[in-house]
Amino acid sequence: MAARSTFPAGLALDAHKQQGCGSSIVEVPLPMQVVLALDQGTGYRAEPVVAVGDTVAMGTLVARADHPFASALHSPLAGAVVAIETREAAVEGGRSVCIVIASNGSDRIDDSVQPVADPASLSPDELARRLRDAGIAGLGGAGFPTATKLASARDRGAHTLLLNGAECEPWICCDDALMRSAADDVVLGALILRRAAGAVGCVIAIEDDKPAAIAAVADAIERQRDAALKLVAVPAVYPQGAERQLITAVAGIEVPSGGLPADAGVVCQNVATAAAVARWAAHGEPIVSRVVTVTGSGVGHPCNVRAPIGTPLSALIAAAGGYRGTPLRLIAGGNMTGRALPTDEIGLTKAMNCVLVATRDDIGSRLGAVELPCIRCGDCSNVCPAGLLPQQLHRAALADAHDALRQLGVHDCIDCGLCDYVCPSQIPLADRFRDARHRLNEAAAAAKKSADARERHELRTRRLQEAATAEQQAFESVRNRARPPGDDSAGGTN
Amino acid sequence: MSLDAIVIAVLVAAALAVTLGSALGWAASRIEPDAGSLVEQIDALLPQTQCGQCLYPGCRPYAAAIASGAANIDRCPPGGDATVRALATLLDRSQRTLDPAFGAPKPAQVAWIDEEKCIGCARCLPACPVDAIVGAPRQMHTVIAAQCTGCELCLPPCPVDCIELRPAPAVSLRYRQPRAA
Repeated sequence: MAARSTFPAGLALDAHKQQGCGSSIVEVPLPMQVVLALDQGTGYRAEPVVAVGDTVAMGTLVARADHPFASALHSPLAGAVVAIETREAAVEGGRSVCIVIASNGSDRIDDSVQPVADPASLSPDELARRLRDAGIAGLGGAGFPTATKLASARDRGAHTLLLNGAECEPWICCDDALMRSAADDVVLGALILRRAAGAVGCVIAIEDDKPAAIAAVADAIERQRDAALKLVAVPAVYPQGAERQLITAVAGIEVPSGGLPADAGVVCQNVATAAAVARWAAHGEPIVSRVVTVTGSGVGHPCNVRAPIGTPLSALIAAAGGYRGTPLRLIAGGNMTGRALPTDEIGLTKAMNCVLVATRDDIGSRLGAVELPCIRCGDCSNVCPAGLLPQQLHRAALADAHDALRQLGVHDCIDCGLCDYVCPSQIPLADRFRDARHRLNEAAAAAKKSADARERHELRTRRLQEAATAEQQAFESVRNRARPPGDDSAGGTN
Repeated sequence: MSLDAIVIAVLVAAALAVTLGSALGWAASRIEPDAGSLVEQIDALLPQTQCGQCLYPGCRPYAAAIASGAANIDRCPPGGDATVRALATLLDRSQRTLDPAFGAPKPAQVAWIDEEKCIGCARCLPACPVDAIVGAPRQMHTVIAAQCTGCELCLPPCPVDCIELRPAPAVSLRYRQPRAA
């Protein structure tokens, strides 16, 4: 049952999971107002289908997913749309257009929210379409639309669904709490996801520092009596929960650079996504809430809460006992890959698995760190789970050497942050690489635009030349016809 | 080692040098460098704005002029100093900066037509070097932002000055926030 080996490198970190992980999940009451960011964390926006002043009920579709990387949004409460405007959000770039909905105190549920009669009878295509309409997206931290990932996995012939319950990042324990309290939902959702992905096998992988979750899921699998369902305990090494690293640990194969896990026959989904799929099947409920860890030395009672999507983070922190001591940073996500937020008025997104209120005790060693020159100690390459050479990448990033960055595999960086965690010179390596990837993408886009412009200009030049030639020929033929034979005098007559 | 051996070695080396040297000289005189591919290489480094600020009617004619030695490499404001440096590397020149006489570099921009003011005269359509303006006489005109190179050639023909240049939409969401901790 236990995977003996795992991916190379990585690091066992201080998990900080004793804070807040023992108790059960706290339900956050419906807030007076929710702020739904159209970008739920993937960088692509959903299209609003409501206008300011519209009345909505619980589960009403408020934004449609036109782009395959955007996820549909539904109202978590009954009320009225009071604003659609750009606000600060927990997304790349820091801002997103948000739909703000104020509660009217009623608990009306939209008519579209109906249990799915028999999910096992739906075709994989139909399942994927319904999952997209229900706004099901990866709840593990990326927020990537599940339907898009499943469709791509089916096209590439994935045979195994790997359910990710590793949850390797320090502080975060919302998946642990969910598996302990709703293991049956996780397993039921896994079966639906396996069908939608066209896969045969299904492996649920959980880190071995969560014995209670492992026991609960093992019991749930026992109740299902499906021989294809397997449970694997993987070593608790950061970043065990990263998709590619987990596949290496469980299947012993490496996903090729530039490829997708589905190319290796595996499609990954988070356990919380599976549980959300089970809720959708049982009640027709789109994703309107999620379980999120509210923790850090800066909150009164660290715990896991189930909160409506769009709930202001201040309400989440209030549900966890409010602020305590001197909080220094409000972080969406854990301390390794999280994003510092400017305000607690930001709404909860589907991709947010943790709200970390950090004090000096939690992050003090890295506050005010001064970047020193690289001493070429090699610690970064020893821990890099993607097998890269961060110090070489760093030199290439500083020189903005695009070819070298590509050759050294900057696009294979999984942004785990281990290199800057171990760097004795406190160089913000992961930041540099992320920025370098943006610059490479911008350069590629500029090259494409310039190639398009060249082609369009050449086509236009040719068209103008042909038109001029045709005009000249027409003129000649008219002149030849009008001119009497033998008349050599110049000048047109038409 | 006898004197003969040294003499033979020197003679062999000298004969080799003369033979290979004359072969190289002959090849250099007979095989011309491929001017066509040089124009292609230069054209590939130009930004393809097709703006004519270099006083040539497009990027390719300017590339041909550089290849033939008729124009210097410092005439392309949209490419900025980066393009001058790339051309200098390709052509082994020492030039490093743009000639300000031809204009100053600007951030990426795209044309935008104020549809309230546009009278549908269609005069901007033939001015666009990349056919990025859609419209017809007495119909509303609009710019395909994804294709617009921001060359500004549509501005002079417009009789009502309803075209303005706006910053090009961002390609990627560049990371701007402080990182957690």
